[in-house]
Amino acid sequence: MSGTATVDAVTLAILKGRLEQIADEMDATLFRSAFNPIIAEAHDASHGIYDAATGETLVQGKSGLPIFVGVMAFAVQAVIEKARLRGGIHEGDVWIFNDPYDGGTHLSDFRLVKPVFRDGAVFCFLASVGHWHDVGGNVPGNYNPAATECFQEGMLIPPVKLYDRGAFRQDVVDILSANSRLPMSLYGDLNGQINALELGEKRMHALIDDYGAPTISAALAALKARAAEMMRAQIAELPAGTVSAEDFLDNDGIVDEPLKIALDLTIGDGRMVMDFSRSSPACAGPVNISRATTVAACYVALKHIFGDVPANAGVLEPVEFRIDPGSLLSVTAPKPVGGYTETILRLIDVVFQAIASIAPGPAMACAYGTINALSLAGHRENGQRWVMFSFFGGGHGAHGGGDGLNHGNAPISTATIPPLEILEAAYPVRFTQWALRPDSGGPGRHRGGLGAVYEIELLEKQADVFLFGERGRFAPRGVVGGGDAATNRFTYQQHDGEHRPQMVSKMVGIKLARGQRLRLETPGGGGYGPAFLRPVDEVARDVRRGFVSAEQAAVSYGVAFSANGTVDADATRQLRSREPAT
Amino acid sequence: MNDRAFIVGVDVGGTFTDVFVLDEAAGAVVTTKVPSTRGDQSRGFVQGIAEIVADFAEIGTLVHGTTVGTNALLERKGARTGIITTEGFRDVIEMRRRDRPTTWGLKGGFTPVVERGDRLEVAERVLADGSVFTPVAEDEVRERARALAAAGCEAVCVFFINGYANDDNERRAVEAVRSVWPNAFVTAATEILPEIREFERASTATLNAYLQPVVSSYLERLQQGLDGRGFAGELLIVQSNGGVMSAETARRYPVRTALSGPAAGVIAATAIARAAGFTNIITCDMGGTSFDVSLVADGKATLAAQTAIDFGLVVRTPMIEITTIGAGGGSIAGLDKSGLLQVGPESAGSDPGPVCYGLGNSRPTVTDASLVLGRINADRPIGGKLDRLDIEAARAAIETEIARPLELSVEDAAEAILRLANAKMAGAIRLVSIEKGHDPARFAAMPFGGGGALHTGALIKEVGLGSALVPRFPGVTSALGCVVADMRHDRVQTVNRLLDDIDAEALGRAMLAVAEDTETVLARAGVAFERVDRVFELDMLYLGQTHSVAVPIAIGPGGLDAETVAGAFDAAYRDAFGRLLDGIPKRVMNHRVAVIGRRPALDMQVFAPVDGKSAEHCRTATRRVYADGAYHDAGVYERLGLAVGAVIEGPALLEQPDTTIFVDPGLVAAVDRFGNLVITPGKG
Repeated sequence: MSGTATVDAVTLAILKGRLEQIADEMDATLFRSAFNPIIAEAHDASHGIYDAATGETLVQGKSGLPIFVGVMAFAVQAVIEKARLRGGIHEGDVWIFNDPYDGGTHLSDFRLVKPVFRDGAVFCFLASVGHWHDVGGNVPGNYNPAATECFQEGMLIPPVKLYDRGAFRQDVVDILSANSRLPMSLYGDLNGQINALELGEKRMHALIDDYGAPTISAALAALKARAAEMMRAQIAELPAGTVSAEDFLDNDGIVDEPLKIALDLTIGDGRMVMDFSRSSPACAGPVNISRATTVAACYVALKHIFGDVPANAGVLEPVEFRIDPGSLLSVTAPKPVGGYTETILRLIDVVFQAIASIAPGPAMACAYGTINALSLAGHRENGQRWVMFSFFGGGHGAHGGGDGLNHGNAPISTATIPPLEILEAAYPVRFTQWALRPDSGGPGRHRGGLGAVYEIELLEKQADVFLFGERGRFAPRGVVGGGDAATNRFTYQQHDGEHRPQMVSKMVGIKLARGQRLRLETPGGGGYGPAFLRPVDEVARDVRRGFVSAEQAAVSYGVAFSANGTVDADATRQLRSREPAT
Repeated sequence: MNDRAFIVGVDVGGTFTDVFVLDEAAGAVVTTKVPSTRGDQSRGFVQGIAEIVADFAEIGTLVHGTTVGTNALLERKGARTGIITTEGFRDVIEMRRRDRPTTWGLKGGFTPVVERGDRLEVAERVLADGSVFTPVAEDEVRERARALAAAGCEAVCVFFINGYANDDNERRAVEAVRSVWPNAFVTAATEILPEIREFERASTATLNAYLQPVVSSYLERLQQGLDGRGFAGELLIVQSNGGVMSAETARRYPVRTALSGPAAGVIAATAIARAAGFTNIITCDMGGTSFDVSLVADGKATLAAQTAIDFGLVVRTPMIEITTIGAGGGSIAGLDKSGLLQVGPESAGSDPGPVCYGLGNSRPTVTDASLVLGRINADRPIGGKLDRLDIEAARAAIETEIARPLELSVEDAAEAILRLANAKMAGAIRLVSIEKGHDPARFAAMPFGGGGALHTGALIKEVGLGSALVPRFPGVTSALGCVVADMRHDRVQTVNRLLDDIDAEALGRAMLAVAEDTETVLARAGVAFERVDRVFELDMLYLGQTHSVAVPIAIGPGGLDAETVAGAFDAAYRDAFGRLLDGIPKRVMNHRVAVIGRRPALDMQVFAPVDGKSAEHCRTATRRVYADGAYHDAGVYERLGLAVGAVIEGPALLEQPDTTIFVDPGLVAAVDRFGNLVITPGKG
């Protein structure tokens, strides 16, 4: 891209809006036409515009999955690298792949990358990523808590051409389809992604027609420079020095031992150093992530805290990462990565905790911190296979301005949950409960949002349960003196009564029979500020609403109630004069 | 008929109540604007009409666009409401679809309109296939209802899981509630919306219950006030779908008034445009904090299936699709941390308002920029609240906040603010037009509200719109919309079956039955129609998808057949996404029936200027206006004095009491035979 032209400040502001609109429109097109609910309803997809030479993110849609904002650049870079070895990039090419070690995240996420040509040269790349319903492997829906190699998680496709100089390669689609339990869904999603890229290309050309290629190039370069400037301005407001935060994953699904994620965050000289060297080494199970994913997760955390930071590679210019190549935050093939969501949520949690210790103003407590990917699969009486796959929610962390949101989506996603009526209409299940979970929010001056209780009864003869969660042992943390939330709690019925999973928060191939139930009680968010400072009337309101039990009110908040349900002022004074329980 | 010759439209907004009176016999129109009466809108309403009509007995039809429902939702001032629901599901309205207010930052919160303690459960269950798993016990329902009433709930909503598939349990429960409930405010969720998706149905129905006491008592007070003046005609209420309904229907389904006011404006714009020969328009309503656009293609306003009035307050009934962005006259301009210019979404609103109002705001706004560039007359502020605008204060604010940091002149800085604001508005227009596959060159912008006409010229240039059409009275457009709106009722029913498994003929008969039933509702309203139209649609999708496309269906004399449905789906799907997916089964999610009673068209000729004068005669002054980086001498004209056929070349300013129109350099404005101003790119 030529950097010779300049662009005035006002045109730049206008072009910023136009470019963002193109990415947003690509998102919207895929959401509307996708086949699987993980894209259509949960918006587990993303689109953007990327640098022609470096693949860096220039503009990203606002409605796609936040984690992809940081990770897509690596995907485009992987294509640029592969094309360099295989005869270059040509007009009309579209590349497709899902290699997570090159492009980040996990095998379910298929990326399509398309060059936009102008005057015979690549002007920029457009890319589309979407979470497909099933990409083979041992477990329908691909969340395999027992995987020890990526081969058990699904097919791995390196960057290959889906279109070669405009010619569609049906043989590639045939290979993909043959490796999925749900080829029809795959075919529909693939078409949706092609639609989005074609639309983006059309809009990009229209914009270049309006303003000229040199102006657009200059604008893209200027936006990157300004993003870096903005991030530097944010860093400059933080106190210099080093702070640390540590948090843990329950286990990797194979070995029941905690895994540490540790961050040493150093601010100084207008830069931020994120040092993860003290984190656990690579593990046997699927909670490893690639370096690309680690960087992307940190970006998501920073953008949540500093809201006006743009979705642009420039943001990471003043940030330095130190990640040990032997750690679970920087693995290569064939280490399993299917449960990447859990690890990046924990990364976000440690960034939140570290920032909260130096900048309580913009900080938030930890959200529920797990994706709770549930796959229920079986065969109907007529032999037809069914797979119900969905993510289940929890509470958001409290913050200086108020309580956390009840039943929100994970910080890495904007996913909505499918209506239970849609799930019941499509699969042989009946929900017996779909409710907020009392006492699940972390106590605090501001209370963490509540998690949920979902209870599901099987209506068919038999089904297998796969459940991939976390936070079964280590609760979402409070910040600035706030308390921790409740942990994740899974139970399921068998003929001999109620059971809990061996791996606490992970289940593999547990069989349910007709009439048996599976119960998910999900974590809330952490609290903010000391709980004893929460005004008594707010605690009383929480108790009245059933958000907080009288017991928790007494123990955590130091508020006592008399037999008739009103606040006992004397007893409360006495409780609050003591040291708070934590 | 002669003794009831008046048709009256009344639009009650936050600041003003607009009244539009059409004297059918004389073919004359009178309008007035009176201050809205906060607390009880019905007083200002009756006073406003009384300014024009001496004897209310002469009013045949009175149509009302109301914001009572909208405000009650936004300000959370509905009634204390209870919910009776299926055991295990009382938190559905609070849990939403597990979303959050903004993608970035996790600081949003949500408080539902019904307290958790007022949401009670009963043992009952219907499965997705419609079978009753657990029958409802009426005794238990009555007990819950009594408990809610005793607790002080004024309204109640009964919402059962899977009620869309079979509402036996829910209907029995509703009857049980009615047998003990002290008033008529009992809402049955599936009566409001028999459509799959529990949160959307529960939310819509709950908001209906929440609004019922408020809207009912308002309409009663209004009816009494009108009756006291001898009114004996029909009172009709504008719905969010752009049609009107009887006051009785509005009392039962108040949630349908959620966007009553804005819908009336779009309807008026459609009617004015149609008369003037424009079937494709984009309406632009610019207020203090927002810019609302709506697309009218082939004479029809676009409908959206649902909207969120606020985060988590989802209303799923067909509504005129209005896209809102945060760019109004009060939108604040500033620089972000990297020095990039921003306009909005933060707004100074109308109080304190722009810097030039002198009410305490010191950060420059879009209105301040227009003033500094000479596009607004400082001595003639719109709205009548202020005597004059403080142009020096506006200049100073732009200089400090924008011009100096960006090293621009004050004029260039002000123009930059307008360019960015215009770009945002253009983005909203692109969103509703280009993104939906429409060519903007075939569309005209129609501004209404106070500020829109200052920006239409820029929108023509920026988006490539064909022209702009400024109605003669942009400020009373919504009241006019009340007078011309058709009567419309929308019904939906979930089907959720594969097309291959459906008896298409039976489906067609079911839809016709709904249409006939709905026509009796129209007949009861006692309004004369030119004709009654039926619109049939199916929500369809490929097996595996979750988003449906709206498929228009014609049911001929021979009934419906599967081939017709499949063909119609292919056409609609190709239109939406370009490519069909052969071999994948098709599913029918819902059927939709709309019945529209067409009211007689208003002769827009009544707006035509009488004794109009030439442009030269109407020119009152010359003002220095800054545009495209230079000062120009712009003629200032009294807009309402212009004769049919008058032509004015930009740059020019056309003033009238409720708005100012800026004709940009290079554009030409002409008065059409209805008094509208048509602005087009000049020949150069």
